[in-house]
Amino acid sequence: MKLPIYFDYSATTPVDERVAEKMCRCLTLDGVFGNPASRSHPFGWEAEKLADEARQHVAALINADPREIVWTSGATESDNLAIKGVAHFYHKRGKHIITVKTEHKAVLDTCRQLEREGYEVTYLDVESNGLLDLDKFRDALRDDTILASVMHVNNEIGVIQDIAAIGQICRENKVIFHVDGAQSAGKVEIDMQSLPVDLMSFSAHKIYGPKGMGALYVRRKPRVRLEAQMHGGGHERGLRSGTLATHQIVGMGEAFRIAKEEMAAENARLLALRNRLWNGLKDMEEVYVNGDLEQRIAGNLNISFNFVEGESLMMALKDMAVSSGSACTSASLEPSYVLRAIGRPDELAHSSLRFTLGRYTTEEEIDFVISKLREQVKRLRDLSPLWDMYKAGIDLNSVQWAAH
Amino acid sequence: MAYSDKVIDHYENPRNVGQMDDAAKNVGTGMVGAPACGDVMRLQIEVGDDGVIKDAKFKTYGCGSAIASSSLLTEWVKGKTLEEAQQIKNTDIAEELALPPVKVHCSVLAEDAIKAAIEDFSSKQG
Repeated sequence: MKLPIYFDYSATTPVDERVAEKMCRCLTLDGVFGNPASRSHPFGWEAEKLADEARQHVAALINADPREIVWTSGATESDNLAIKGVAHFYHKRGKHIITVKTEHKAVLDTCRQLEREGYEVTYLDVESNGLLDLDKFRDALRDDTILASVMHVNNEIGVIQDIAAIGQICRENKVIFHVDGAQSAGKVEIDMQSLPVDLMSFSAHKIYGPKGMGALYVRRKPRVRLEAQMHGGGHERGLRSGTLATHQIVGMGEAFRIAKEEMAAENARLLALRNRLWNGLKDMEEVYVNGDLEQRIAGNLNISFNFVEGESLMMALKDMAVSSGSACTSASLEPSYVLRAIGRPDELAHSSLRFTLGRYTTEEEIDFVISKLREQVKRLRDLSPLWDMYKAGIDLNSVQWAAH
Repeated sequence: MAYSDKVIDHYENPRNVGQMDDAAKNVGTGMVGAPACGDVMRLQIEVGDDGVIKDAKFKTYGCGSAIASSSLLTEWVKGKTLEEAQQIKNTDIAEELALPPVKVHCSVLAEDAIKAAIEDFSSKQG
């Protein structure tokens, strides 16, 4: 077993070797280095052919028409293009947008920008399991609502929103529906023929493709219009100008092709590994899973060890790469806004760790992390005055703390 | 974030972890911070008749820098008079542990803890 162990597949994934190999063939003189937009020679034709094949692979994973795929630089750009693109194109119809408090910052900050431009945004709460209450969503709709944006799978807690039901409500109310699918492609079945979703953002590097590459699905029937955010040579039917990055596109295509082929088996394997991890921990005292455990992707386990601060625990787990919803990992001292949104008290939010498993995670690695965690949580609890108080039967909520 | 060697040393081998009888007249207890903020320190000192701190114990819920700050503090206060201990500044702790700016609040908390412990001890002498 090689150390350190990678348990942060929701942050990014290594590029699959099969993907890397295909990408490398699109770079050098003896490879397909041409500009796909060059129509006058075989260098361009070859590159265009590879880009088209990749477009078909991406479309195939989500059962869409290849003409509905727009290449971007990643899910952040796709979110920006979808949300700003719709808002700007349909502003005469209305200026109200609905989204959710647990969305990725790429959606939240884009909405904040639109607020500065005069749009109104409703940020919906989620239930304690991380999922949206459909009635509350319906109640938030207004006559001037033009767009709703809801993520498919949450990046921190891995819960899966019911986008079919949310999309249905949007259809009934003639509201355009955008879904951030950065964390769901290749992990959850996505069938654009049946899903009432108008726009969906995808990323390559979350499923063993390269960083700096993404796509936006833009529905043709019924047609969704967007105002371009990047102007230039009119690539991607004018929706996103810029020379196509053949090697990146080919990488994303191959990653999506592999995902379609291997998703079922991979999900079964990841679920077994995650269950092994949780079964190895759940008998410990004061351990909580954050977010719904059933409506959740197979590779995510987000847990809080009460009375142990998350960053100190990560420091103890120096042989493994995990992420913490706790304050100190980022420059801010705030605990995760996602855990707050599901109603976790701050102290539990400060005590959270996110394990995300992936293609190269092994049973041996899972067993190693279980034993390390049990040992280190005990060590840090022995150091924790809160643990002493809990053991002495003191209700921590009854204590007057000197907040600082 | 990279930690200094001293922070790692105190985190991995914390000194003077433990608990004293906080009802004892010669023990002062300082509990500072809040769980919601992500750190709580409990520092206890045992003071001799001569006003010198004979022993110190701590327990801390918090990040590695918070644990290291309190561990270092227990080493520093032992053998000091209350007056000398009162003079310990958070900047001394931050400097000794090479805390980055985002972690300076951990050293502030440690300074608060020793002040609170001395105050608790003094109030018991009444």
